[in-house]
Amino acid sequence: MKSESEHQQQTQADTSHQSENKAADIQQEVGATIGQPFVKQPKMQARHVDVFYGEKQAIYDVSLDLGKNEVVALIGPSGCGKSTFLRCMNRMNDTIPICRVSGMITLDDEDIYAEDMDPVLLRARVGMVFQKPNPFPKSIYDNVAYGARLHGLAFNKAELDEIVITSLQKAGLFDEVRDRLHEPGTGLSGGQQQRLCIARTIAVSPEVILMDEPASALDPIATAIIEELIDELRQNYTIAIVTHSMQQAARVSQRTAYFHLGKLVEIGATNQIFTNPLHELTENYITGRFG
Amino acid sequence: MNNTELIKKGLAKRYRREKRFRAYGLMAILAGFIFLFVLVTDIVIKATPAFTQHWIKLEVNFNPEILDVGKKAGIDELKQANYNLLAKKSIRSLFPEVKKRRDKSKLAAMLSSSAEYQLRDMLLAEPYLLGQQQTVWVLADDDVDTYYKTDDKSKAVRLNDKQKIWADTLAADGRVSKRLNTTLFTNGDSREPEQAGIRGAATGSFYTILVTLLLSFPLGVAAAIYLEEFAPRNRWVDLIEVNINNLAAVPSIVFGLLGLAVFINYFGLPRSAPLVGGLVLTLMTLPTIIIASRSAIKAVPPSIRQAALGIGASRTQTVFQHVLPLAMPGILTGTIIGLAQALGETAPLLMIGMVAFIVDIPHGFLDSATVLPVQIYLWADSPERAFVAKTSAAILVLLLFLVVMNGLAVLLRKKFERRW
Ligand SMILES: Nc1ncnc2c1ncn2[C@@H]1O[C@H](COP(=O)(O)OP(=O)(O)O)[C@@H](O)[C@H]1O
Ligand SMILES: [Mg+2]
Repeated sequence: MKSESEHQQQTQADTSHQSENKAADIQQEVGATIGQPFVKQPKMQARHVDVFYGEKQAIYDVSLDLGKNEVVALIGPSGCGKSTFLRCMNRMNDTIPICRVSGMITLDDEDIYAEDMDPVLLRARVGMVFQKPNPFPKSIYDNVAYGARLHGLAFNKAELDEIVITSLQKAGLFDEVRDRLHEPGTGLSGGQQQRLCIARTIAVSPEVILMDEPASALDPIATAIIEELIDELRQNYTIAIVTHSMQQAARVSQRTAYFHLGKLVEIGATNQIFTNPLHELTENYITGRFG
Repeated sequence: MNNTELIKKGLAKRYRREKRFRAYGLMAILAGFIFLFVLVTDIVIKATPAFTQHWIKLEVNFNPEILDVGKKAGIDELKQANYNLLAKKSIRSLFPEVKKRRDKSKLAAMLSSSAEYQLRDMLLAEPYLLGQQQTVWVLADDDVDTYYKTDDKSKAVRLNDKQKIWADTLAADGRVSKRLNTTLFTNGDSREPEQAGIRGAATGSFYTILVTLLLSFPLGVAAAIYLEEFAPRNRWVDLIEVNINNLAAVPSIVFGLLGLAVFINYFGLPRSAPLVGGLVLTLMTLPTIIIASRSAIKAVPPSIRQAALGIGASRTQTVFQHVLPLAMPGILTGTIIGLAQALGETAPLLMIGMVAFIVDIPHGFLDSATVLPVQIYLWADSPERAFVAKTSAAILVLLLFLVVMNGLAVLLRKKFERRW
């Protein structure tokens, strides 16, 4: 028994050693991030962020800014750490026991990993929309009202109604559900469910919205509606969106960041990235040569 | 041969296999039903006699001389009166021709021993009856009762020939009536079958299961929540997990021995008490509830947790507002299964003295009590023929308890069930 576990540890050590070697290779290949990771009016700033799952490193020294009222698209091949990085921004990684984050991330110049930062408060300020629509098995109304109730944002029924209705309107869902607010949210179509989740997120008036492939489970029409919605939301929020679709990144974002094997290879204005990428890896990816 | 043909060739075989499998399943279910049907029918048939009782009509003369009291006796004096003789004289008066001492006592034995207490209560309630003649229905002895219920009279071997003639005479005179056996539901245990009831055992079961429910449900669910949602993944937690799984497989009698050693000998709790029974059954039920609750909690999709956490709910809020409600149907199913097991458990309760012969109906968690399965065991072990039917009747009542509990579970599950 013992020798077996020792053996396992040995092989684990081997692989981690290997991956370090591999990382070193990329480092040579990739070098430092190229492009413009920083902006004049940052809402959130990430500096030298490393993320580990146990022994395994998933993010290598990533630094970038999310500017006020901009949409930043995070693209890159599967498993390159886009979701991992996104989850660092509202400390959802805290819920994964083996996950460890180092480096610094700030929201309005406040360190979000500081001792006195409450993750519950942080997640109210930095909302998240997930890949798979995940409404609560409650009514549409209760879904949207949940966050407001949770944080005590409404002092009476009228205020709560107001929050629910405006959130649904902003998410472009109100007209479709106006006369079935008290029917279950799980009875909606996939695209409607995702917009319900967006409404639920904006009901607590976050400052930043993180979206992890929000349209990957949706049909083209629902996707188009969501994309339009993101563009409108930009007026009031800072948005980071992970996407697998280059067209989507091009349509909704102002800046695009390209991740590769846990490293931020290149970041810059979206039209520049797609028309004139500076790094070979970026070019290979957007021209579909791999990924 | 192209692919389509290849697939076609295999297709017939595949369908055959499917059909065969379905037939096996159907057979299994059918076999289950047949066994259940036979079992229940057998129990019902055996139990039916227990639900009726025969009463005998007597002309009772509350004669102060027989009772051995003064003509104007007060309550205190009436309490001391000789009601035994009164009952005997009353039945003998119906058969004045019986003279032999032996026969006289055989004749008196045809009444239940409860008759004298019935007459006593009657007179104490209405003292003015002293010196008057009254028509009174009293319980027949269980052997007479059995004789009336047996179709093949030669098989009723507990009565002698003379008694049989008397019994027939009584019936022919219209002095015998068959009534619903309420004693079964109002009395505790008794050595006399016609006076024995399951009220005591049922009440004991109720208290015991109540203790089990009140302790094992919150403890089990709390443990499951902690293990699933909060416990760190390390060696200690793994060890605890393995041990919980092992506990579920420990023979129940071991829990009884543990209860005897800990609750009774160490903490000095009373023997035969529903509280101790409940504690022991809690130990036995906990692993079942924990395991069921854990798998119910595990089955809640992680996306729901993420949704709640992502909007700023704390972990505790996430668990209590989202995970637990969704896991509730599964948790309740597990709890009911555990409690149903506990309700039918005998062995550990024998160890803590709940097998004692207890006539009184328990009125609290510390009164001496027995439980339904132990009562069944006790009656099944009794030599009197009339207890055979009682045993089956008690089994029916236990089954009824279980059906009610399961019904409750289905109801609660329906109430909590939600789609996601
Ligand atoms: N919960 C986790 N535990 C361990 N490793 C993880 C976990 N989540 C992601 N990873 C690893 O981190 C790397 C990046 O994953 P992820 O951020 O999901 O990539 P992406 O979203 O870009 O497809 C992958 O190698 C993945 O295996
Ligand atoms: Mg991802």
